[in-house]
Amino acid sequence: MKAVLPDDLRDILGKAGASLGLWHKHLKTGDWVVLLFSGALVVSLYMLLWRGDMADRAIVKRDGKTIIEISLNSAGKTRVGGPLGTTVIEVQPGRARIFSDPGPRQYCVQQGWLTRAGAVAICAPNHITLQLNGRSKASYDSLNY
Amino acid sequence: MTPLTIELPITEDDRRIARYTAAAIALTVAEAALPSPLPGIKPGLANIIVLVVLLRYGWRDAAWVSLLRVVAGSLVIGQLFAPGFFLALAGAVSSLAALFLAVQLPRRWFGAVTISLLAAFAHIGGQLVLARLWLVPHDGVFYLAPLFATAALIFGTINGLIAAHLIQCAHEAKAS
Repeated sequence: MKAVLPDDLRDILGKAGASLGLWHKHLKTGDWVVLLFSGALVVSLYMLLWRGDMADRAIVKRDGKTIIEISLNSAGKTRVGGPLGTTVIEVQPGRARIFSDPGPRQYCVQQGWLTRAGAVAICAPNHITLQLNGRSKASYDSLNY
Repeated sequence: MTPLTIELPITEDDRRIARYTAAAIALTVAEAALPSPLPGIKPGLANIIVLVVLLRYGWRDAAWVSLLRVVAGSLVIGQLFAPGFFLALAGAVSSLAALFLAVQLPRRWFGAVTISLLAAFAHIGGQLVLARLWLVPHDGVFYLAPLFATAALIFGTINGLIAAHLIQCAHEAKAS
């Protein structure tokens, strides 16, 4: 590879490399510590502010009325009856889903796991909705299609 | 009737501050021409000058250069008393406060990069607080904090390294 590069280009790259190598001599021990802490601060800011709203409970409604609230702390399955039959809601720590539903098209089952506050799965034929709430109020209060 | 004359004695300090401020203003203007992915994310090249002045002549001179730079720089790019001016001022004031504390750190362990990083984080901190209180009275501004912090980390480090390099060059020039 070295032989392919023209001499002047190699010279330039070598000089750039050498001056890059010089930069670390400007960094003292404390500077490295501060850099490390700054990096950790930036990473924790991303994790704190960009993880989205964590959900902590699932709310199950039939015909718009809340019939049960389930905490997302422990795993379990809940059975809810509707006009067509039984909808089974499965909860695991931090998430919930419609495990099964008697509806013909299974949209709410196919939606899979809900993890964010405000997420909703609607089993319209069986009149059941599953909604996740977080510590803060839901980030929106209506849906448009 | 003798005309009233007001003598303004110009000291060596004034000349030095003016020279460094001129350099800082030039960098501000050059930087205003650079495209930015997000308003407010800028390298802050003028801060290199502030750092050099801080480390060579102390905090008082650095404060003069920094504040004059904000006023004159925004005058040049036509931003005086626009929201951007107050954001720049908030950033300058809070980073000067950080610089005041940072220069007290033992120089044996902490160099220009530490001082630059602390000032950079104080800068975005001050700007975010002002933006939250005044421009965007909603916690949504803090959603951008990670991006600003990333910029502060990168540019704070680079500016600190450049300042350290310039100070070393100045020392070598003086020694020889």
